[in-house]
Amino acid sequence: MKYLDEYRDGDIAAKLVERIRRVQTKPWVIMEVCGGQTHSIVKNGIDHLLPKGVELVHGPGCPVCVTPLEMIDKAHAIARRPDVIFCSFGDMLRVPGSDGDLFSIKSLGGDVRVVYSPLDCLKIARTNPDKQVVFFAIGFETTAPANAMLAWQARQNGIDNLSLLVSHVLVPPAIEAILSSPENRVQGFLGPGHVCAVVGYTEYEPLAARFHVPIVVTGFEPLDILEGVLMVIEQLEAGRGEVENQYSRVLSRGGNLPAQDLIGKVFEVSDRKWRGVGTIPSSGFRLRDEFRDLDAEHRFNVSAIDTMEPAICISGLILQGIKKPHDCPAFGTECNPQHPLGATMVSAEGACAAYYAYGRHLKDSDLVSIGGERR
Amino acid sequence: MSAPKLVEKAALNPFGQCPLPIFDHPQIVLGHGSGGKLSAELIEKVFVSRFRNPTLDKMDDQAILEIGGARLAFTTDSFVVTPIFFPGGDIGTLAINGTVNDLAVGGATPLYLAAAFILEEGLPAAELARVADSMASAAQNAGVQLVTGDTKVVNRGKGDKIFITTTGIGLIDRATQLSADCARPGDKIILSGTIGDHGITILSQREGLEFESALQSDCASLHDLIKTMLDEAEAAGALQGVRVMRDPTRGGVATVLNEIADRSSAGMLLRESKIPVRDTVRGACEMLGLDPLYVANEGKLIAILAPEIADRVLAVMQRHPLGADSCIIGEVIDQPTGMVLMKTSVGGTRVIDVMFGEQLPRIC
Repeated sequence: MKYLDEYRDGDIAAKLVERIRRVQTKPWVIMEVCGGQTHSIVKNGIDHLLPKGVELVHGPGCPVCVTPLEMIDKAHAIARRPDVIFCSFGDMLRVPGSDGDLFSIKSLGGDVRVVYSPLDCLKIARTNPDKQVVFFAIGFETTAPANAMLAWQARQNGIDNLSLLVSHVLVPPAIEAILSSPENRVQGFLGPGHVCAVVGYTEYEPLAARFHVPIVVTGFEPLDILEGVLMVIEQLEAGRGEVENQYSRVLSRGGNLPAQDLIGKVFEVSDRKWRGVGTIPSSGFRLRDEFRDLDAEHRFNVSAIDTMEPAICISGLILQGIKKPHDCPAFGTECNPQHPLGATMVSAEGACAAYYAYGRHLKDSDLVSIGGERR
Repeated sequence: MSAPKLVEKAALNPFGQCPLPIFDHPQIVLGHGSGGKLSAELIEKVFVSRFRNPTLDKMDDQAILEIGGARLAFTTDSFVVTPIFFPGGDIGTLAINGTVNDLAVGGATPLYLAAAFILEEGLPAAELARVADSMASAAQNAGVQLVTGDTKVVNRGKGDKIFITTTGIGLIDRATQLSADCARPGDKIILSGTIGDHGITILSQREGLEFESALQSDCASLHDLIKTMLDEAEAAGALQGVRVMRDPTRGGVATVLNEIADRSSAGMLLRESKIPVRDTVRGACEMLGLDPLYVANEGKLIAILAPEIADRVLAVMQRHPLGADSCIIGEVIDQPTGMVLMKTSVGGTRVIDVMFGEQLPRIC
């Protein structure tokens, strides 16, 4: 299939792995920032193709995983209301709150709908004038333009039975938090391709300079990821710490200016709580004052909900790359996709769910002998 | 800007207690009908534990019964698809072919069906007639007769237009030994064609996801393809080399292979590059964040064959109109038991686990 098969070619993959092997002389720890990259890595078995000295750790870039429990509880409180049609991206439905998930709420009569685009909510609001339509606007910079467009069009078209429950987070503050942690092990980053397609990568340049760390903005196909890893290792081996763009077929340094303009009209930067990590200053978006009446937190008076998170779940440490999913005592036992203790086990993009689904709970040696792989 | 401090996990919950967001739903959720782990758990806990008997315990798509010296296959299936009409078929064709296929994969010649209809008040009579026409023509095509039935009507809003349950009986007239526990290391895994066509066709028709495609459901009766295969195996004197046959409907190829691996205490190794997927299906799956291995099929066959007859049976499958794209997608291995592995196109290895509920579209 065009635009896919070219980036999944086994022969080229083998050549890239060979080049990584030749360049790499020391052990390196590299973090892929995006949940989509994590998914691709485990789905394609890329981590098992890399030489032993190259360790990939999974970053904080799964939007479902970093949404704090209290925000999930707020969502559930709204979704339970009989006057509400609650709209969400699909993988948010299974994320457990303090009391069940959106699937449970649906089974008890709540009107919970999966939308593929935030703009679908406009149609739902128009056709259900006697209901309040609420969209769970989560995500990183990637989903911000479409979510902003929903607020913008609702305002332009005078649709007042629509609101947004906003839990938007930003990548650069998360990277800064990881690099500033005394426990940090990460030496280089695969930067978030889709995020940078929207906002560009100028924000990453001061981070790379300050921490002297390579950040290679990378795509999502297997060959993208292998090439990104190669570019990071080349920098590390040469003692460089710069921003480079592996994903040049999609994005430029400045990003998508009309999208940025729209985000700026609707959202403003604010402090945000991250699941398992806590509050990071200036790490997310909230609606600007001009759009505050579209804020579902205020409209449904759920701001006071404040939930503690389970103690056994180490998703916070996993999101920071300090621990791997199988380091968690609950992984695969008390915590599995049927009984997730943390959101990293819930979303297909979450590191724990990806490890579970693709069998990374096996020892490496098992997979190596089974698949005939050599490391 | 000063560097933000990371909060230690323990500090977030000073009580050290785990307020477990338990996932044992106290009521039925959609995931219980997905064919994945939630379904399996429900069936085991609620039904199998209460009705336990040697025939049920085999957990095949059909029960094999010996009555008066005859071997009979017996099965039932319910159909609740939305929309009821879709490209390539409708709920009527599904209701006939689904039950016919469940009999055929047990090695039976399907003979007689019963059908029960639950109709919602307000269903246009013309739509019911259209469904019945489809059923008549599918039954004729499969060589089965609908010999008994039942009709109930429920209040508007208490059903979804039409639900159909079909029950079927067939005769096994040769010495087949087909069951999910018969796969052995070295056996070949054969797939009769492209995967995901039905599931993605249905998805493409649903409200809120109107994408245009020329895709059609693969809904078809597999009885003749299976007969051809069994004839060939019998002619080769190796009828029991046909170990397992399943139609990978709900839960897709991944779910069926996991069931076989589990029941046979064997492993499976697939090759991603060998698994045929139409570009339309791949494209839709890529866009929606779905995996075609878990998407439903309604006219495809998974067959586990002994290596000595695999090529011969594969050849007759490829000459059959419903098996033209048949191919070997992998083989049964001895370790690790109960697991399905796949060699990916880029040369890695991944595990194909059972889905636990509905497959959910990903955010980005």
